[in-house]
Amino acid sequence: MHGVKDSQKGPAQEKNREDVDISRFDLQGGSTPSLSDLRDLSEEDRQNLLMAGVDVSEKDRSGTYLHMDYSNVQCSTCREGVEVLDIKQALEQYDGLPEYYWQLVNPDKDKYTREVADNLHGGYFIRTEKGAKVTDPVQSCLFIKGQNVGQNVHNIIVVEEDSELHIITGCAVSQEVNTALHLGISEFYVKKGGKLSFTMIHNWGEGVHVRPRSVGTVEEGGVFLNNYILLKRVESAQLYPSVYLNGRGAIARFNSILATPPGSYVNSGSRVVLNAEETRAEIIARTITTGGTIINPGHIQSNAAETKGHLECKGLILQDGIIHAIPELEGRVSGADLSHEAAVGKVAQEEIEYLMARGMDEDEATSTIVRGFLSVDIPGLPPDLKETIDQTIQESGESMF
Amino acid sequence: MLQINDLHVEVGGSHVLKGVNLQIPENETFILFGPNGSGKTTLLMTIMGFSGYEVTQGSIHFRGQDITHLKTNRRAELGIGLSFQRPPTINGLKTRDMVRLCSEDQDVDVEGLAREVKMEGFLDRDINSGFSGGELKRSELLQLMAQKPRLVLFDEPESGVDLENMALIGKMVRRLLEQDLAPRSDMSMKEQKEHSYSSGLIITHTGYILDYINADRGMVMYDGILCCEARPRDILDHVSVYGYEECVRCME
Repeated sequence: MHGVKDSQKGPAQEKNREDVDISRFDLQGGSTPSLSDLRDLSEEDRQNLLMAGVDVSEKDRSGTYLHMDYSNVQCSTCREGVEVLDIKQALEQYDGLPEYYWQLVNPDKDKYTREVADNLHGGYFIRTEKGAKVTDPVQSCLFIKGQNVGQNVHNIIVVEEDSELHIITGCAVSQEVNTALHLGISEFYVKKGGKLSFTMIHNWGEGVHVRPRSVGTVEEGGVFLNNYILLKRVESAQLYPSVYLNGRGAIARFNSILATPPGSYVNSGSRVVLNAEETRAEIIARTITTGGTIINPGHIQSNAAETKGHLECKGLILQDGIIHAIPELEGRVSGADLSHEAAVGKVAQEEIEYLMARGMDEDEATSTIVRGFLSVDIPGLPPDLKETIDQTIQESGESMF
Repeated sequence: MLQINDLHVEVGGSHVLKGVNLQIPENETFILFGPNGSGKTTLLMTIMGFSGYEVTQGSIHFRGQDITHLKTNRRAELGIGLSFQRPPTINGLKTRDMVRLCSEDQDVDVEGLAREVKMEGFLDRDINSGFSGGELKRSELLQLMAQKPRLVLFDEPESGVDLENMALIGKMVRRLLEQDLAPRSDMSMKEQKEHSYSSGLIITHTGYILDYINADRGMVMYDGILCCEARPRDILDHVSVYGYEECVRCME
């Protein structure tokens, strides 16, 4: 009977955590004074940014965009072939960006998209030049410093034909913030033969609610790699980025690495729609709970022949928490080839003992296995970016145990 | 080096080892024969101290210390090393890092060791992931070469291995057991022999490994008890002609 009672209690509680009352947050704040340099931030804030993958020295970066609370504070490019603008400036400069602005995300999708459509604070517009190979990543950072801030941002990324772009987006809050809301719209356009890697590292905190809404399209021969890393405590995060592969031979690859400490509630999934022949999709998620909740849906839909999709969700429950993996495969034509692999469980005793037989104690063995579990090989990333990701995982992994 | 007295072990509630007595001195290589299900692997697993192998009676001493209830990692630190018959894959853990973890020496020459067992192409792959039978064995050997155990426990070094790999594996087992002595300028072979302490406990079905190493002694495990001590070659010849049935009569 106990079990029945619990399972009835569960979903109602979870539903409460999906819904955020926007009116509780201060969404009409003034503008933040512009920083001329990321290095002007306090040491603490810089540390928080570093854990979100943002390199304040801007070494080996093609450009930087920093948005604090309600407005843009820094925006610069230092490489040929890529343009980084504040979204408001871009809207003004390019007549409202009619080809891109709200063309993939529906502003009436939900109350969060509506809020951003009605009350835009900022965000970035990043566009490559046709044929430009921009190998150093552009870094962007969305930072919340003020208490009870509701941050509304809209990002647009355009990868022109045959160009290559890497973006690392770090999101963080200042240490003194204990309640905040981040609403983020992102629209991705990868044109013919273009290649985009988009890596988002979240380093939010207790009391922060996050509602990203992202959609992308990829044209013929284009590649879209999307990496999402969330290892730190967050009050609630709900996201389900979707990508439409509309041109022959387009590829999308999603990698998510999620961990929920006690108190965290994360509903994070990915969706790829294969609309053209010979398109391919891969969705890989690694999830860990040390007490929090993770809902991890994944969906691949095939609407064209000669398409291939693979979905993998693997979860480790290290301490009592919830991992709910929901893999969905939807083939709508003959010639679709879709598969999935899902597993939720504990660290295998056999693996722990294998390492113990080599001299490691039980705790070392467990953390070695967990670090391995989290270190997904992500092909196609510049080495510097890969190093940033590995480091974030290592550092978070160490503080997890 | 290893002293086992009246060892009784239960696995999943069933009595598998029923009073095993075994002594392996320094520099000796001991071969364990026996039919499937007789308890050979259980003996190795118990010496290594894995969960699920419950010692209900008797003791295991290693280098003078009672290790009957010691944790697996402590046994490894004391110098016991096991080559797993079916090692698990650990996703995300590169073979290179695994080999480094096995060694106490921070600067262990992973590449050099890997070349010796033709594993240099596997160092950046996840440990054991998609490895063939022979590759698994070579990977286990590579780890043991870094670990440098005093007592090597080998569960069927020849299983799943083709003939070409067998020669390499045989040679490396011999190396681990410090039997591949060659004249050196700084030390005579006799002196080298005096400075080596490695012992081995090897399970074999086919006996192929006996072509490569000097096996000192052998015994047959039958229904949880050790019997028929003899030269390993003689046991092998006997078993290949008469099978293990003779053991039943021998024990009656």
